Amino acid sequence: MTFPGSLDDRDALRAVRLAGAEPVPLWHGDSWLAEVVAIVLPGGFSYGDYLRCGAIARFSPAMRSIIDGARGGMPVLGICNGFQVLCEAHLLPGALIRNDHRKFVCRDQRLRIENSATAWTGDYAEGQEIVVPLKNGEGAYVADHETLDALEREGRVVARYLGDNPNGSYRNIAGISNSEGNVVGLMPHPEHAVEELTGPTTDGLAFFTSILKSVVSA
Amino acid sequence: MTSPIARSADEADTTDKSAGEADTTVRSADEADTTVESENAVAGVDTVGNARRSPDRRQPYRELGLADGEYARIREILGRRPTSSELAMYSVMWSEHCSYKSSKVHLRQFAEKAPAEASQILLVGIGENAGVVDIGDGWAVTFKIESHNHPSYVEPHQGAATGVGGIVRDILTMGARPVAVMDALRFGPADAPDTARVLPGVVAGVGGYGNCLGLPNIGGEVVFDPTYLANPLVNALCVGVLRADEIKLAKAEGPGSKVVLFGARTGGDGIGGASVLASATFDDTKPSKRPAVQVGDPFAEKVLIECCLEIFAADLVTGIQDLGAAGLSCATTELAAAGSGGMAIELDLVPLRDETLVPEEILMSESQERMMAVVTPDNLPVFMGICKKWDVTATVVGEVTDSGRLTMRWHGEQIVDVPPRTLAHEGPVYHRTVARPDDQDVLNGDRGEQLRRPRTGDELRATALRLISSPNLADKSWVTDQYDRYVLGNTVLAQPEDSGMIRVTDDRWRDEHGGADATLGIALSVDGNGRYTRLDPYAGAQLALAEAYRNVATTGARPLAVTNCLNFGSPEDPGVMWQFSEAVRGLADGCQQLGIPVTGGNVSFYNQTSASAILPTPVVGVLGVIDDVARRTPIAFARDGQLLYLLGDTGEEFGGSEWAYVSHAFLGGIPPAVDLERERLLADVLINASRDGLVDAAHDLSDGGLFAALSESCLRGGAGVRLVVPDGIDPFVFLFSESAGRAIVAVPRTEEVRFTDMCTARRLPALRIGVLDILEAALEVQGQFRITLAELRRAWTATLPELFG
Repeated sequence: MTFPGSLDDRDALRAVRLAGAEPVPLWHGDSWLAEVVAIVLPGGFSYGDYLRCGAIARFSPAMRSIIDGARGGMPVLGICNGFQVLCEAHLLPGALIRNDHRKFVCRDQRLRIENSATAWTGDYAEGQEIVVPLKNGEGAYVADHETLDALEREGRVVARYLGDNPNGSYRNIAGISNSEGNVVGLMPHPEHAVEELTGPTTDGLAFFTSILKSVVSA
Repeated sequence: MTSPIARSADEADTTDKSAGEADTTVRSADEADTTVESENAVAGVDTVGNARRSPDRRQPYRELGLADGEYARIREILGRRPTSSELAMYSVMWSEHCSYKSSKVHLRQFAEKAPAEASQILLVGIGENAGVVDIGDGWAVTFKIESHNHPSYVEPHQGAATGVGGIVRDILTMGARPVAVMDALRFGPADAPDTARVLPGVVAGVGGYGNCLGLPNIGGEVVFDPTYLANPLVNALCVGVLRADEIKLAKAEGPGSKVVLFGARTGGDGIGGASVLASATFDDTKPSKRPAVQVGDPFAEKVLIECCLEIFAADLVTGIQDLGAAGLSCATTELAAAGSGGMAIELDLVPLRDETLVPEEILMSESQERMMAVVTPDNLPVFMGICKKWDVTATVVGEVTDSGRLTMRWHGEQIVDVPPRTLAHEGPVYHRTVARPDDQDVLNGDRGEQLRRPRTGDELRATALRLISSPNLADKSWVTDQYDRYVLGNTVLAQPEDSGMIRVTDDRWRDEHGGADATLGIALSVDGNGRYTRLDPYAGAQLALAEAYRNVATTGARPLAVTNCLNFGSPEDPGVMWQFSEAVRGLADGCQQLGIPVTGGNVSFYNQTSASAILPTPVVGVLGVIDDVARRTPIAFARDGQLLYLLGDTGEEFGGSEWAYVSHAFLGGIPPAVDLERERLLADVLINASRDGLVDAAHDLSDGGLFAALSESCLRGGAGVRLVVPDGIDPFVFLFSESAGRAIVAVPRTEEVRFTDMCTARRLPALRIGVLDILEAALEVQGQFRITLAELRRAWTATLPELFG
């Protein structure tokens, strides 16, 4: 899915291709989702995001179709700005706010996969440690205590930061899912860790192979 | 929020009038004034008719930065006094920043001394927005570095951000997709209060703009020196990729073609920025000449980039120009001057952010994120359709003519009628006085032989830690972690590697090659050393060139072409002019000798506060190409047992060194010797070693010498080193000398014979100085000292976070 200010859309297309699936570019102004079986909302600044990250993207024609699709079980992965859009669209609880140190941060980040039962994490082992790039200015995940407790109780924390918390996220949360597990939001960037040549690792590829398996078997 | 969503492209249609159709009836009252020959034609606008009728009107040309002779020349060209709009245009176009009037006579050497290789690889040379280099397989690359120094001092965040925005548009204008940026930054002392204001703002500006555009930042420099205190240097580089047969040029051809202004609306920001900011020094005794710095909107630029690339792909423009310094004045005159020579503009059709702007302000405005294209009437509907898709405001503001004149009307009144070449190409040229500064002999004569050197192992150890934790050599992650280096997914190497490396590929390539990405890559490094240049500007420029060249070769790429950003003090100071002329001569000679042509660049003068100029700082960018990016050589020492070789000769060279600066705050003597033939040989060996898999890591030696390079390689890869000081060399010289033409390489034991045979055959000195040791995880200089990597890392990484939080 490409919004006017999407930046990592090409990376997401490459990751899908390397995982063995056929990537289909989608345009924010179209409400028709073509014949796609899963959707990646990429990183970037969707509509400039001068107001609040993802706040406008949720109202785009394509997002209205995606919201309907996600509620009907269509797998959706929101990365970085895509995660922000999913929160703004209320497909995921909580919000992402400015990093606690007030600076943009780009670094190779250690994560622990906390839930390998979602549509997007089946190829990981529960508790597996991975390293993928993290890059955000507004990546601190926040929610009220009840919501955080519920997310943990229901196993909906998909990934957590290891080592120093890079942005002030509550409970070191790097990614969460909806209760059905088809919608996942992730602040770090697995699509930048799919090739030895350009990524710190290839640890991110399993997000994309996972979804391929889950849609094939569905 | 002023989102372009709200800026409907429908306006494009409503304002889509060809020249001559402008509705002037609303100003009928003003027209009545003109019929009575009032001075206040169209609400006070100075028309060509007015100018003819009032030849003696006093004009504020001096306030606009024009000299008496320059004003007289304008009157001679026009055969009358200029209108105030024309005066505004001449003042910005003839400013130092736009006309290169003080530097032109020297810069000619880049073309005159162009190496033979230039004709084979240059598709577009100096003079266009950016040079274009053929890199093979049908691909071409365009790259350029430009300064945004003065605005970044006044308003660090926006100054730096719009510096990135401007250079990205230069690259886009050539028809290329921008694929990466780099930034060479220089600040006052790291612990100075003003540096705490300027540096975080500049870094956030570079990062904020580049990150939001989705361009990886793959390298650059951060340097501290007291002379940059009130004169920070912000030099931004952008590189773009295009097909060799799809270059776009800035020219307006074909009478009847439409002139379209598209992108952001024009506002009052940056008015006079080009001439006034770049010409005036920051002197407290004179009235302030610091107008508003332009404000950037990276989202608007991102959309503009995608919009332009779609327009280019459909081949819809005959000429295109970005609006940077001097805004509309520059774009219209340069397009007209390069094409059929005529253009008629209806200035009142320019979409404004502020409706109160007068023509002079519109002509001088440096509002960001604007482009101007020349489009045939046939292509216009499709062009407008693409702008609408991207919600980009596009307005036909005039058309190409065969009159040989650039004319502009404001609500029907003629306010500009000039020969465009006189603005764009025939500006004043000065032969400024050049004189070697009186203190140069004294400076060169004191070689600092009296400076106390560390002798014992403990003293050497203390010096090593002090150097590695000094701001110039310390870890720059505090800065570079604010830049996205991953976006676009083609970054093969980024800082702190010796050069940034990008895989050259696109959708079309993948479609034609079964979905596989290309293996071709480009490498870029930017380097400069103001202290060396202060000691010897000719050698200093060549040392900057040599370092960038060496950095590119160290990563395995073959150096191809050069861009440069020349940062100096006032050209009106003969001593500064001597530094400048020597540096240009050194760079031109060096490029000729190395066989890599200069493709373009930028000059920034007046980097001085009152009488004290910055260190003369030529920053040189070298572009290289590598056939297979998988063969690149990183700096990291990561494999146990590999053999460490030092390539090149080490002499006792401490003039302008980091050691003399950090340990003694001393600058004197002469810089390291330059041997460009040796640089070429070293580069050949490094490139062959990369291609043939003879080395697993390599790192060039520059500031701080061997110890600094070893530290960076060890910390990057996690392996320690056991180092042996060779016989006959003083340990201090061995560790900290800054002799040029050197690199260290990590050679797998299985490749040692092949590697040393190659060096022997090519007569490159190669000295085995140690072995990598993963388990030890320490940097040990046998018989002298030992520092664990943990301690080294603490010393190296703590400095910048402690200073800047």
